[in-house]
Amino acid sequence: MEHASGDKRFKILEAHMKKHQYRHDALIEILHKAQELFGYLEDDLLLFVAYRLKLPASRVYGVATFYHFFTLKPQGKHTCVVCMGTACYVKGGDKVLAAVEEKAKIKAGETTPDNQVSLLTARCIGACGIAPAVVYDGTVTPRQTPETAVAQLKGWMSNGH
Amino acid sequence: MVIDDLNAIAEKERAARKKTVVRCCMAAGCMSSDAVGVKKNLEQAVKEAGLENEVEVRGVGCMKLCCEGPLVGVDPKGALFEKVTPEDARELIATLKGGKTKLKQGDLNAPFFKKQLSIVLANSGEIDPERIEAYIAAEGYQALHHVLREMTPKEVVESMVKSGLRGRGGAGFPTGIKWGTVAKTQSPQKYVICNADEGDPGAFMDRSVLESDPHSVLEGMAIAAYAVGANQGFIYCRAEYPLAIKRLQNAIKQAKALGLLGSGIFESPFNFSIDIRIGAGAFVCGEETALMASVEGKRGTPRPRPPFPAESGLFGCPTLLNNVETFANVPPIYRKGAEWFAAIGTEKSKGTKVFALAGKINNTGLIEVPMGTPLRQIVEEMGGGAPDGRKIKAVQTGGPSGGCIPSQHLDTPVDYESLGRLGSIMGSGGMIVMDDSTKMVDVARFFMEFCMDESCGKCIPCRAGTVQMLHLLEIILARKATARDLAKLEELCDMVRNTSLCGLGQTAPNPTMSTLRFFRNEYEELLQPDEFGPHGNGEAKKTELAKK
Repeated sequence: MEHASGDKRFKILEAHMKKHQYRHDALIEILHKAQELFGYLEDDLLLFVAYRLKLPASRVYGVATFYHFFTLKPQGKHTCVVCMGTACYVKGGDKVLAAVEEKAKIKAGETTPDNQVSLLTARCIGACGIAPAVVYDGTVTPRQTPETAVAQLKGWMSNGH
Repeated sequence: MVIDDLNAIAEKERAARKKTVVRCCMAAGCMSSDAVGVKKNLEQAVKEAGLENEVEVRGVGCMKLCCEGPLVGVDPKGALFEKVTPEDARELIATLKGGKTKLKQGDLNAPFFKKQLSIVLANSGEIDPERIEAYIAAEGYQALHHVLREMTPKEVVESMVKSGLRGRGGAGFPTGIKWGTVAKTQSPQKYVICNADEGDPGAFMDRSVLESDPHSVLEGMAIAAYAVGANQGFIYCRAEYPLAIKRLQNAIKQAKALGLLGSGIFESPFNFSIDIRIGAGAFVCGEETALMASVEGKRGTPRPRPPFPAESGLFGCPTLLNNVETFANVPPIYRKGAEWFAAIGTEKSKGTKVFALAGKINNTGLIEVPMGTPLRQIVEEMGGGAPDGRKIKAVQTGGPSGGCIPSQHLDTPVDYESLGRLGSIMGSGGMIVMDDSTKMVDVARFFMEFCMDESCGKCIPCRAGTVQMLHLLEIILARKATARDLAKLEELCDMVRNTSLCGLGQTAPNPTMSTLRFFRNEYEELLQPDEFGPHGNGEAKKTELAKK
């Protein structure tokens, strides 16, 4: 079955569901794939998954909202994930986060109005040996300070400030 | 695959070894400091120096001293280079021919390395985790063969009981008894699950084991499955560990290709396959019933026990659940014997424990020590104490479910019971060192916020209690609380601990209670005199007085 929009990504998602034989217990795997393809899980996408897996929409929505990893809002072009695990916290991860929040003028969990940067926090990325760590666009970067984090952000912001 | 094939692979791998091995740490910590670039340039430098026939550049797992990464070790010379950059590659290779160098070198005779006893981490930093041949050459899958061909499932369980291994996930339940219960339960379908949802902030032992030696976990799971009569396994790994997932997928693929997973392993009637399930960022999924709900594709909420997973677990079938480190302990136990394992450690806690040392300490990284090692030896001798000449104030173990052990109790031996007596837990092995600049009330607030955020919302004591406790901690920190608020906090801690449904809620008050026990003065210093009551809000009373 093809999605009405004709979007190719739905086809890929469909193939992934088929690989899992439309099993209900593969819901989380399928949502991972959906988020990887679309960047975030919008209502239409969740309904599509629910329909194809023959699950109530409430169940799919419930799972998507339960786990931190899934986002129902679009993300910015770049992501900055500040680790707030205990090791990073005692070594000043909170100061790094505060500096980034001030620079980007957004709070953790938000995206800048120009859709350039999404700021997130992580519970612990397991890189405690190199704390405090920040993940810029998927690259773990060791031993961050408020200054290095702000410098990294500067390059991303559209107005260059 | 028969034993001769296995030995042939090991023989071939050993014969192909070159005289000198340059080991490059390829675990997540060092990778983030461009270890990939280091390895690439080292290979290039070896080629330029014309040493291709003598020197092997090998990507290996975690080399333990994470704070000095990227690390490069040279065998058999026994050198350890620290903070290597890709530009250093040529100079490093030149030292193989006797060249002088100013590169930073670590001391392999330092207590950090010398006091370690590696069982789980024996292959970590030594073998290439992406090649099954390397694991086989290190006696890998020999234990599985021995178990499948020479032991009955009952003997396997008995042997595990004899070894005295206890669950490394935190609670320390005897592994052998758990295996025995699942083995005894009659059912046509059983499952084995590996808990790789290492959610405690500040713990990274399981990540390192999965990245450095994934096959040891697979072999351990297969042995467990044979003992309990399961034919399907799942590894539930958190999504924050992409490298560990990649290496696991690769390891499973290789093991399948060689017939070490799948049907008729070692030409016995035993079938076993393993699938990976990726978590989606929920701390509560480390709790066993919540984890199983998540594997079933549902919201990760716990359910009351009994029935225990050993009787009715995943999809209602008997399920054996152990964590990564527990499974990694299994192959050595069957390779070297239960007696050998039981001789290590203390009377009630056998074997070794891997700890992730982090926080305000000079040597951060992974250590594996025998159970019963005094905390002081770990943090002061091996960890090198606090940096900048500061003093160690407390050591936090067990993450958000554990407690803070103050410096006067540093001589406590590390085992399940001793830590329990101090109001902390062994936990999965995260050890965060705090120096005298750390404020303990702030630490308690940090963990309470964590628990509030991660509470799944199913039971009221945890859902509402964590919010209220956090609120009380916040007004204490804001100097707006009185002794009454502190009493209320203590009462609430007790209530949440005794009435919550699962481990998350039951242990959520631990960090607060343990800091209250040892650092009560820090709380009391922040309190306002009682006459500013009755709301416990001094500010409100003051404005009232000002109006008059």
